[in-house]
Amino acid sequence: MMALLSRDLALAFRAGGGFGLSLAFFLIVTVLVPFGVGPEGGTLARIAPGILWVGALLACLLSLDRIFALDHEDGTLDLLATAPIPLETVAATKALAHWLTTGLPLTLAAPVLAILLNLPPSGFFWLTASLALGTPALSMIGAFGAALTVGLKRGGLLLSLLVLPLYIPTLIFGAECARRGAEGLATATPVLMLLGITLGSLALLPFAAAAAIRVNLR
Amino acid sequence: MDLTVTDLAIARGGIPVLAHVSLTLRPGRALVLRGPNGIGKTTLLRTIAGLQPPLAGAIGLPAEDIAYAGHADGLKATLSVAENLRFWARIFGTGDIAAALAAMDLKGLADRPAHSLSAGQKRRLGLARLLVTGRRFWLLDEPTVSLDAASVALFAAAVRAHLARGGAALMATHIDLGIAEAEVLDLTPFRAAPTAPAPGGFEEAFA
Repeated sequence: MMALLSRDLALAFRAGGGFGLSLAFFLIVTVLVPFGVGPEGGTLARIAPGILWVGALLACLLSLDRIFALDHEDGTLDLLATAPIPLETVAATKALAHWLTTGLPLTLAAPVLAILLNLPPSGFFWLTASLALGTPALSMIGAFGAALTVGLKRGGLLLSLLVLPLYIPTLIFGAECARRGAEGLATATPVLMLLGITLGSLALLPFAAAAAIRVNLR
Repeated sequence: MDLTVTDLAIARGGIPVLAHVSLTLRPGRALVLRGPNGIGKTTLLRTIAGLQPPLAGAIGLPAEDIAYAGHADGLKATLSVAENLRFWARIFGTGDIAAALAAMDLKGLADRPAHSLSAGQKRRLGLARLLVTGRRFWLLDEPTVSLDAASVALFAAAVRAHLARGGAALMATHIDLGIAEAEVLDLTPFRAAPTAPAPGGFEEAFA
């Protein structure tokens, strides 16, 4: 498992590995929104949590098809399926690697980019916390979607269509958590819901993803 | 423990290709699968490797004993030769890659990134992966594609050394490797009778 994780991280950071793509996309979205919406501070501060969450979600979506497609193309997935580590572990490890190269950088960058959207400093903590709790679910759900579409050429569109509805609960509760945090309201309910979604996905989806890969390898 | 295949029937893309295949492979032996293109050599190897379920029949060997090498080598272009090999050694829980590098004459290339290798060198790296798996039964699908004569000899020597260590190899290949102890199994007589599309086609889509 550590071997697979360190290999995936090494691949992501090398040339053409795709690390930075999501981060750059997130940066572009948050920089462009004030130009589109207008510079009025009150409006920006109100929509900031939602924009940051939507930006992070789309940035996450951007790199999903790489999770299994590259390994499928070069035959690695066949070989991993016959290797002594279970496919469930492979799926969970690859989701973890995706989170470390996508979700974690997005979470860390979010408070910095929130300044561009005039989010009050009191909201930084809950923005970061909600992303830290929610992005693992995005990676795990995304890995499941990637596993479903792994055999398809140009499966990116289908992958987005499959995954986006599954992302909506995470988005609702994540953005709600960040919004309530920024306005100084109680955040316990959305935090618990978000945590529930994340833990549920982490517990169940590795098995679903592994089953989907087995079918697609036939 | 032997690799035994009993009365196996297999399908590719839902269409039966081979039926009533039985074979036995003992440690120390090699078996070469022959047959025209499309007969189902790859499908048979993938089925034995556990990558797809058979239509009927039984495979009497735990998947933990099998190392499979398909058409694709599973190499990462941006990793070096040694990194690629070390990854598989760690996945299979064996440590040493030096012997495998030496056996496939890759020592001088160890630090080169895999994308700078030629097709034959990539193939040699893919075959070196078999040596670090530490598994006894090798399933090889066209192992000699894009290898030159010297590399084929190198590979034949590696297979022979594996057989001498009590391993076994089942391979689909069209060329003569010069392994004297290898038996040949022609798959042509096992071709499945052409059938109408199975009525279970709808369920198959969701299986």
